[in-house]
Amino acid sequence: MHPAFSVIFLTTLIGAGQGLYLAMVTGQLYAIARFLPAQTDQFYAIGSLVALALLIAGLGASFFHLGRPERGWRAAAMWRTSWLSREVIILPLVMTLVFAYGVAHWFGWTQPLFQVGAALQVDLTLLLGVLGTVASLALFICTAMIYAAVRFIQEWHTPLTVSNFLFFGAASGFMLAAAYSAYIGNPLVTFYGTWAVILTLIALASRLAHLRRNVRLKYKSTVQTAIGVRHATVIQKAQGATGGSFNTREFFHGRSPVLVKQLRMIYIVLVFPLPVLLIGLSYLIGSSSLPITAFFIQFAGLLIERWSFFAEARHPQNLYYQSVA
Amino acid sequence: MTQLALVIDLNVCVGCHACVTSCKEWNTSGWAGPLVDQNPYEGSPTGTFFNRVQTFEIGTFPNTETLHFPKSCLHCEEPPCVPVCPTGASYKRADNGVVLVDYDKCIGCKYCSWACPYGARELDAQQQVMKKCTLCIDRITDAKLSERDRKPSCVLACPASARLFGDVHDPDSEVSIAIRERGGYQLMPEWGTQPSNHYLPRQKMRLHIDPEELTRVDNPLRREDLTDYTGEETLDDVAW
Ligand code: SF4
Ligand code: SF4
Repeated sequence: MHPAFSVIFLTTLIGAGQGLYLAMVTGQLYAIARFLPAQTDQFYAIGSLVALALLIAGLGASFFHLGRPERGWRAAAMWRTSWLSREVIILPLVMTLVFAYGVAHWFGWTQPLFQVGAALQVDLTLLLGVLGTVASLALFICTAMIYAAVRFIQEWHTPLTVSNFLFFGAASGFMLAAAYSAYIGNPLVTFYGTWAVILTLIALASRLAHLRRNVRLKYKSTVQTAIGVRHATVIQKAQGATGGSFNTREFFHGRSPVLVKQLRMIYIVLVFPLPVLLIGLSYLIGSSSLPITAFFIQFAGLLIERWSFFAEARHPQNLYYQSVA
Repeated sequence: MTQLALVIDLNVCVGCHACVTSCKEWNTSGWAGPLVDQNPYEGSPTGTFFNRVQTFEIGTFPNTETLHFPKSCLHCEEPPCVPVCPTGASYKRADNGVVLVDYDKCIGCKYCSWACPYGARELDAQQQVMKKCTLCIDRITDAKLSERDRKPSCVLACPASARLFGDVHDPDSEVSIAIRERGGYQLMPEWGTQPSNHYLPRQKMRLHIDPEELTRVDNPLRREDLTDYTGEETLDDVAW
C-alpha cells in the first residue's frame, strides 16, 4: 500500500494524544488512591490541553487524506457497518471529553458530586476522566479496526494490528507525560517513565509478533485465481495503461525492498531500545532533558513504523498491476 | 431478484480495447462523467477508466498462449466495498444489483478501493470522488432506448461479441445459459465476494486424427481391380 502522510500523522498524533490523556487520568487515579502525591489541577489541565492539541493536529492531518474534505461530515452516516464512520464519530467525542476534563481541572470543579463506598469521592473531573478513558480506548479500537477489518490486506487482518495501535499510542502518550513532567520539574517523571517503558515493551512484543506472523503469511490470492487460469506460469504483459493509474499509485509504495527493510530496522531501534535506555539513564543521572529526547525519538520512530505498516501491506489487486510493458 | 452482470468470453476476446474506448466515451459524457484524462498525448498518459483490457502470457516459450483479459467492477453479490463506505455513497441497487457510487456524497476517502480485491475502483483525480463501472446504468435503465440499445456501451462495441449482458439470476437468460453450459467462472472465489460478472474460459479446438484415418478405406484411386485386360469388352463399354 502507498503510505499517505496524512494517515501516518493522523494515527500517530491522535495515538500520542489519547495516550497522554490516559496518562493524565491514570495519574489522577493513582493520586486518589494515594499511591502518588496529589497534583495541582493545573498539571492535569495543561496535560489534557496538550493532548487536545495533538488530537486536533491529527484531525487536521486526516483532512488531507480526503478528496472532498468539505463533505467530511457525511462520514458519520454509516456507523453501523463502517469502522471509518465509527472513528469519525468517536474522535470528536474524545476531543470534547478531553477538553471538558481539562476545563474542569482548570476551573477547579472538584467538589465531590457523590460518594462511592466509604472513601471514593466522585467529582466532575473523575467522572469525565472515566468517560474519556472509555472513549479513548474505543477510539484506539476504531482507528485500528479500519485497517484490521480489511480482510483482503492479510498483513493487517489480525488482532495484532489493534494491539499495536493501542500500545504504540499509549507508550508514546506516557512517554510524553514523562517528558512533560520532566519539563516542569514534576517528580511524577519516574512514575510516567516507568509506565512508558512497560507499555513500550508490550508494544515491542506485539509488533514483533506481528512481523513474525507476516513473514509466514500465505496469500490467499494468486495470479491464477485472479484471472482464473490454471497454469504455473502466468506473466502479465500489459495492464491496460502505460502511464499508471490510481491502482498503481494507491497500492504500491514504489520504494525498493532494501529501503523498506532498512526503515524497519531503524524504527525498531528508535521506538523500543533507545527511548527505554534514555529513560533509564535519566533516572540514574536525574536528567530532565533525556525524557523529552526519549519522547521525540520514539515519536520519530513511530512515524517510520506507520510508514512501514503501509509499505508492508500487499493488496491482492496488485496481482492485476504487475507489468506495463 | 434481478442481478445484472456481464459475462466475458475469453475465448473470443481479441484484445482490441474497443470496449475500453467506448466505455470511456459514453461515461465521460454521461451521468458518471467526466472521467479525467491527464497527459493524454504525453509520455505517461493516465486517467480514470471503468474498464481495462489487460494481457497475460501463459506458459513458457514456445508453448505460450496470450490471454486478453477485460476487467471492470464485477458487481459482487456480497460487495465488500459497500459496508465500509462511511458516507453511504457506495451502494448496491436493490432492483437490479448494480453497485454504484453517489458522486454527491462521496468524500474521496478511498476506503472502498482498499476493500475491493479486484482493483475495480479508481479515484478520479479531477473530481476527487470514487468512480467505477456503472454497467452504463444511464443506458440500461433508459426506457426511451430500443431494446437493442439498452445495453452497456462495451457490449455494443465489442466486435467479437465477447461480452454478454443480462440477468444472472434468471436461469433462462443468455448469460445464465452461457455460464452453465460453457464453464463460466468467477474471479478470486476465495474471498466469498460472489462476483456477478463471470468469465468464460479459453477453449482449445482440438481435432483428434487416428493414423488409420489418414488412409481412406474407400479411396477411389486405390487400385483394387487386379484383372489383366486384353482388349475384350468390359462392363464400362456397355454401360455409360
Ligand atoms: S468488483 Fe470491487 S468494486 Fe465491484 S462490487 Fe466487487 S468489490 Fe465492489
Ligand atoms: S471513497 Fe467515497 S465511495 Fe469510497 S468509501 Fe470513501 S466516501 Fe465511500
